[in-house]
Amino acid sequence: MDHSESHYFVPQPSYWPIVGSFGLFCLLGGFALLLNDESLIGGYASGVGLLVFVGMLFGWFGTVVRESRGGRYNDQVDASFRWGMGWFIFSEVMFFAAFFAALFYVRNFAVPWLGGSGDKGIAHQLWPSFHAAWPLLSLPDAQHFTVAKEGMEAWGLPALNTLILLSSGAAVTWAHWGLKNDRRRQLIIGLTLTVALGVLFLFFQGHEYWDAYTLKNLRLSSGIYGSTFFMLTGFHGAHVTIGAIMLFVILMRSAMGHFTPTNHFAFEAVSWYWHFVDVVWLGLFVFVYLL
Amino acid sequence: MAEIALHGEEHGHPTGLTRWLFTTNHKDIGTLYLCFSLLMFFIGGSFALVVRAELFQPGLQFVSATTFTQMTTLHALVMIFGAIMPSFVGLANWMVPIMIGAPDMALPRLNNWSFWILPFAFVMLLSTWAMPGGPPTSGWTLYPPNSLQTGMAFPFVIFAIHLMGISSVMGAINIVTTIFNMRAPGMTWSRLPLFVWSWLITGFLLIGAMPVLAGAVTMLLTDKYFGTSFFSAAGGGDPVMFQHVFWFFGHPEVYIMILPAFGIVSQIVPTFSRKPLFGYHSMVYAICAIAFLSFVVWAHHMFTVGMPLAGELFFMYSTILIAVPTGVKVFNWIATMWRGSLTFETPMLWALAFIVLFTIGGFSGLMLGLAPVDFQYQDTYFVVAHFHYVLVTGALFAIVAAVYYWLPKWTGHMYDERLGKIHFWISAIFVNVLFFPQHFLGLAGMPRRIPDYAVQYAEWNMISSIGAFVFGFAQLLFLYNLIRAVRGRGPRATAQVWEGAHGLEWTLPSPPPYHSFTEPPKIDDAQAHS
Repeated sequence: MDHSESHYFVPQPSYWPIVGSFGLFCLLGGFALLLNDESLIGGYASGVGLLVFVGMLFGWFGTVVRESRGGRYNDQVDASFRWGMGWFIFSEVMFFAAFFAALFYVRNFAVPWLGGSGDKGIAHQLWPSFHAAWPLLSLPDAQHFTVAKEGMEAWGLPALNTLILLSSGAAVTWAHWGLKNDRRRQLIIGLTLTVALGVLFLFFQGHEYWDAYTLKNLRLSSGIYGSTFFMLTGFHGAHVTIGAIMLFVILMRSAMGHFTPTNHFAFEAVSWYWHFVDVVWLGLFVFVYLL
Repeated sequence: MAEIALHGEEHGHPTGLTRWLFTTNHKDIGTLYLCFSLLMFFIGGSFALVVRAELFQPGLQFVSATTFTQMTTLHALVMIFGAIMPSFVGLANWMVPIMIGAPDMALPRLNNWSFWILPFAFVMLLSTWAMPGGPPTSGWTLYPPNSLQTGMAFPFVIFAIHLMGISSVMGAINIVTTIFNMRAPGMTWSRLPLFVWSWLITGFLLIGAMPVLAGAVTMLLTDKYFGTSFFSAAGGGDPVMFQHVFWFFGHPEVYIMILPAFGIVSQIVPTFSRKPLFGYHSMVYAICAIAFLSFVVWAHHMFTVGMPLAGELFFMYSTILIAVPTGVKVFNWIATMWRGSLTFETPMLWALAFIVLFTIGGFSGLMLGLAPVDFQYQDTYFVVAHFHYVLVTGALFAIVAAVYYWLPKWTGHMYDERLGKIHFWISAIFVNVLFFPQHFLGLAGMPRRIPDYAVQYAEWNMISSIGAFVFGFAQLLFLYNLIRAVRGRGPRATAQVWEGAHGLEWTLPSPPPYHSFTEPPKIDDAQAHS
């Protein structure tokens, strides 16, 4: 906490935040209209909102990159970014926690109770012919749901994907060593490998989803098993996508020589994010696929 | 360290509309938050007055049953996410950098974004009045299946809540980062003012709890529009599960709305007692203990929904345990005043009313926390009385106290002391006329969120409604007093403002310069421990 040599940095007024708010407002408002079958105006509004939002990300991060490369930041700003990114990842962890909690709750309480066991097994009287099982394929009342034929396998693609994502975590760390030791080739190769493994992961997950939809007839609407499976893996996949895009940006910036062995927090922030996505996947592999 | 220590180009004072739209200045953003929350306070208050007008007499007089329940829903959402939380963030924006000796917040652009998401979120939320079917009738807790029967408004409400969540989480990240990273040399953890401590812990609660709410309402959205069955037993889910996930957010949320109030009272009571705060360290430990416990008590909001007995017992004991650190805090405030040289300026009056009336809310909370007793009280006006004592005479009274306390610092002018006292006495009396009878109504069995009632509840409802209207319109005195000081009508405030005040904020002139500290101030024990 020694500021004796550093100067405070306070940025100039910026129009990017309010542009971002407007983009988010249009994006979400448009999406809400789409959900109400107002497809024309909803489509335009969400499309414009998305463009504005992406433009804001370019503009805002562009400003930060310019300021950073212009030597305007000191150790205190660097530390603020570190604290900010760390707490942001913690908030993401808590977002996933809500969905994991839903999974644990239905598996340990809701489904067994509906099946007649446990403290609130009286719920069995709702559908006396229902048998609790996991994966839950035959639903208490299948009338409004798509009945799935089978659950997901752990030891096929998901196991391979686990290996791929763990390898990508190792690759990004290897790239980081390259950056710290000023070995550019290792940095670029490591990052390219990380992005490629991330894309491969997404490809396999897409393949797995396709199988689930066509062969297994497993949908979001297949009862609580399909709901938890697709929401957990879907939000994770969305985070892998975001992480892969961020890694790609970092790869481009590395190729342009933006980073030095001592000053490269953008790289570290994205690698933290990537490791977080990795750890969430391990949780998914164990609790969604394996157990 | 001799030269000007600020790097930004904006040494000048930006003016006009763009000053407010593009600002990265913590004081401007704090002012925006406070003005926004004041507006929301009056909007949410007018919804409450519709509710109280309808309940003035039995029978349906003014609004339909649907509109009535929509009023209760939006009253709560506006007051919680629009009035109480943003006003605490506004106070943090104004005061935390000054109190820790920083030039500004750690992430000033993010700070701007946290605020400027809110007006968009509330436009989205309030626009649901114009939609076919109107806002949800489920109350702010949005329990399924009721909330899933909302019409066109449903996704707008969900996305408005997402936006408010993004705003709160970013604001909290900024405040936590500021406190960790921007303290001036010598501002050690044990010298940190209690308001800053309380906000540090609140920030942690916000970052931990708000994303869980986002997850809960996302599941509601997919249940309605994408065929998932999280909260439908027919598909193997459970509507009660929503309540678990919601209250895992909802209970820390309760402390998000009261911990900064504890911090404010811990600043004000020592100032007007002319004594240091009694038991500084125990105050900090108590805040931490309350914050920890707040994550393991959520199911006391749902004792009657059908939980295993072990769950009922665990959540009852953990709930009652919170009384211990809360009791420590109340004891310490009283011990601070013990043999102090007390004066009763307006901020002190509000803080004292907080201590007395919040404690009443705490006691009714103890009653509700006992599972077997709660079976009688749940879903009655007793619950309404309880949480309004905690949130109105608790959180809101502390906010008003803080505004009177720091307004001379912000504006450079004193408010009208006599008018402030009149505002206080009318508010303090009629808030009790408003809410205390609701205890009796609840104990007699009057259900909440119902627009009509049996005639035996008529007298206390009428008295409660009279209290509501007088309390509500008395706040116009507050508005007038604020505008008066902002427009510079009162006498000029000194830097010290209050004779017994300690802390860095009182070392700066009133109003403080645009950038509070361009060089880190040196802090010694004399300035610490306000």
